[in-house]
Amino acid sequence: MLNYIWFALMAIAVIVAAFKGTAAGVTKGAVDSAKTAVEISLGLIGIMTLWLGIMRVAEKAGLISMLARLLRPISRLLFPEVPGDHPAIGAIIMSVAANMLGLSNAATPLGIKAMEELQELNRDKETASNAMVTFMALNTSGIQFIPATMIGVLAAAGSKNPTAIISTSLIGTLCGAVAAVTSAKLLQRFFPYPAANDAPPLPPGEGSARTGVSE
Amino acid sequence: MIRAILGGISLWAIPVLLVGIPLIGMIRKIKVYDVFIDGAKEGFNVAVRIIPFLVAILVAIGMFRGSGAMDLMTNALRPLMARTGFPAELFPLAVMRTLSGSGSLAFTTDLVKRYGPDSLIGRQAGTMYGSSETLFYVIAVYFGAIGVKRTRHAIPAGLIGDFVAAVVAVAVCAWLF
Repeated sequence: MLNYIWFALMAIAVIVAAFKGTAAGVTKGAVDSAKTAVEISLGLIGIMTLWLGIMRVAEKAGLISMLARLLRPISRLLFPEVPGDHPAIGAIIMSVAANMLGLSNAATPLGIKAMEELQELNRDKETASNAMVTFMALNTSGIQFIPATMIGVLAAAGSKNPTAIISTSLIGTLCGAVAAVTSAKLLQRFFPYPAANDAPPLPPGEGSARTGVSE
Repeated sequence: MIRAILGGISLWAIPVLLVGIPLIGMIRKIKVYDVFIDGAKEGFNVAVRIIPFLVAILVAIGMFRGSGAMDLMTNALRPLMARTGFPAELFPLAVMRTLSGSGSLAFTTDLVKRYGPDSLIGRQAGTMYGSSETLFYVIAVYFGAIGVKRTRHAIPAGLIGDFVAAVVAVAVCAWLF
């Protein structure tokens, strides 16, 4: 899927540039975006290091598995493939909670941590598991109680009631999340996961290996 | 009232977590500093591992925008959207929202300035922005961090979610304001 979308975006850009004479714009778009991408990634190093450290403390203190057990009824419904006491569930909950509170600098590291935990359960390490796609569906719908950035934009533009969009955004984001998660569940059978004999067999002890250091 | 409570939570959540989690670790007799360092070691690798994925996605989108293909596509689809009752002014934003966070923020700010922050269009634009995340950025970062290349139905499911969020955002604002 990404192969086609990725190539199509670039190919269309070059074809359009040929007709509209915007080749310079394409070059600028490519160069600037490459720079932005690296800045975003490097900008994550500090906060990523901090949260991965704190999360490891939370894990060792038994907090993550406690959280997972507490919300077992919901997680069983959304992530039936993930064992209830697996650290993945705790990490998913932490990440979604951070998103809801608008703590975007904590939400990304926690979400990546959740993906790493899900990757431990994943048989084919290059293919997304059903649980990963469901978690991504939750994440891309960006559930948030207070859309702080947008309130700021409206207030800066001189709005008399910039917080009017809180309720409407909440309805929008919840409907989007329900639609995305439902679609993830309904579509999963049409995008089959590779059959067991296609994937390399799991080496012994793989279940406990941490994907974060397996480079 | 609710806003004050939520604001307070947002303000204090991180300080409380940063102290509270190690505190519980101390009570459970864990060497919190050693454990922290052990977990934190992975931070650099994870952040660096995202780079190729994010460069690939953001460059392709940057080229698409830079060529003017984005404007061409929204203009071509505009008459079709007008027939469904979806406001034509908001359609480019709906497309941009899935592709680029900074791009959609710029689009929204422009709409808010042009139509006014308390206008229906301004509020619909703000609600649309606040109703979803940038799909392709999220896919690149999260799948990139763990090296997953075949994303299966993640993009279709995300697009359906974004589509529903955009339609609901427009409809709820039209009904409420």
